Parts: sequence; structure tokens; C-alpha cells
Amino acid sequence: MGDLSEFPLKYKLFLKAYPWRRIDPVPWAPLKKPLRDSRAAVISSAGLVGPDQEPFDDSIRGGDFSFREIPADTDVFTLTDTHRSDLYDHSGLRQDPNLAFPLDRLQELVKNGRIGSLNRRHLSFMGSITAPGRLIKKTAPPAVRKLVEDGVDIALLVPV
Amino acid sequence: MGLVAAELERQGISTVAIQLLRSVAEKVRPPRALAVPFRHGYPLGIPDDAGQQQAVILAALRMLEDPNLQPPAIVDYEPEKDI
Repeated sequence: MGDLSEFPLKYKLFLKAYPWRRIDPVPWAPLKKPLRDSRAAVISSAGLVGPDQEPFDDSIRGGDFSFREIPADTDVFTLTDTHRSDLYDHSGLRQDPNLAFPLDRLQELVKNGRIGSLNRRHLSFMGSITAPGRLIKKTAPPAVRKLVEDGVDIALLVPV
Repeated sequence: MGLVAAELERQGISTVAIQLLRSVAEKVRPPRALAVPFRHGYPLGIPDDAGQQQAVILAALRMLEDPNLQPPAIVDYEPEKDI
């Protein structure tokens, strides 16, 4: 089970005391069309970057609030894990990036007709952002607008 | 991820987020969260196990189709339902 017992005591205390941003009110976009007709995007906070992309910057105080666009035809096994947290085991993700960026799994769902199509681009963020204000105000709105412009209907978000 | 999910929903995109810590989903309140029984670093389960990863994703997608869910919705992933 993913729970706080996985972490060393100091991080357990940090996570318990951390002032999580409460979403209020909770926005709600009902499914507009059947999944078999919907266009899907993947969004991950595993800190993955594609070939020739800059790694996320671990030196930014509060966390790197930038994002990377990952084209749909990217071979997920060419993605690089630049999430530097030592709080979790990275070996599974490095063995199979589909664990947090499941492009291959979604392509399979498109092939079998469960979802309509995969968007031409997907988004990769850094996780463990302790100061999310810039992510909320500066980064997320224009990043999401790109997906809206693409005609994306649904998004699967995967943390790490 | 919950904060990005909220922005997506505000702009009209339906979302479902995999959630490793149910307690965090209860505090942050993403619109739809599938709480999974996996440890950090393994959000969809076992590496190279396409079947299991697919099962988790399908459970997440079913949340999008469920007309009875109300925001914020948290569903616990139950593997036996996918057998």
C-alpha cells in the first residue's frame, strides 16, 4: 500500500504537517462523449524528460514548476527519469517508464477501441513541488490550454 | 497532480488521477482519484506487466464513465474486479 510508513520518520512528519492545498470548490468536467470517441492525454509528475530535453532543475527552491511536452510517438523507453527524490525506489520506473508514463498502454486501448485516440503530445511535470503557487498560476493554465487547443477530452494523471 | 487536474477540469477536460496516498487525496480533493495499493515509484503496479497496468488504467477510465460519482470522488482500486 502506498502509505506514509514507506518513508523515514522525518519525511513522515513533514508530510503529516505539510499544508496541502485544498481544491475548493472542486471543478468538475463530466465526460462529454463516449470514451471510444474521446482523445486522451497522459500527464505525469515523475520528472521524465525526452531525448534532447533539459532535465528538471533540482536547484529551484520549492521545486521546478516547468513542464515538458512529450510527443505521442516517443518511445517511452527513451524517457529519462530526472526526479531526484531518494524517498522512493526508482528502479521500476527506469526498467519500465510505462509505470508513470503509460503511452504504450494507452496506444493499446486505442487499438482495441476502448478510447478514441491519443493526443499528439503529453505533459511531464516534476513532482514533490513544495511551493506550488507558480505551478498553479504560471505553468498549469498555459500547459492545459495546449491540450484544449488539441481537442483533448480526457486526461490520465500519474504521480510517482 | 491534483492541482493540475483541477486546472484541466476548469478548462473542460475530464480527468482521473492515480493516487498513491489516499490521505493526500482526501486533503487536496482532486476531482477524481483512483487510490491504488502500490508503493511510491510504482503507480501502476509491476514493471513490464502490461496486463496489470492496463487493469489499473481501465479502473481509472471507468471512473470517468460513472454518472453517479460526485466531486471530489475517490475510488479504491480493487484488483479482483478486473479478473
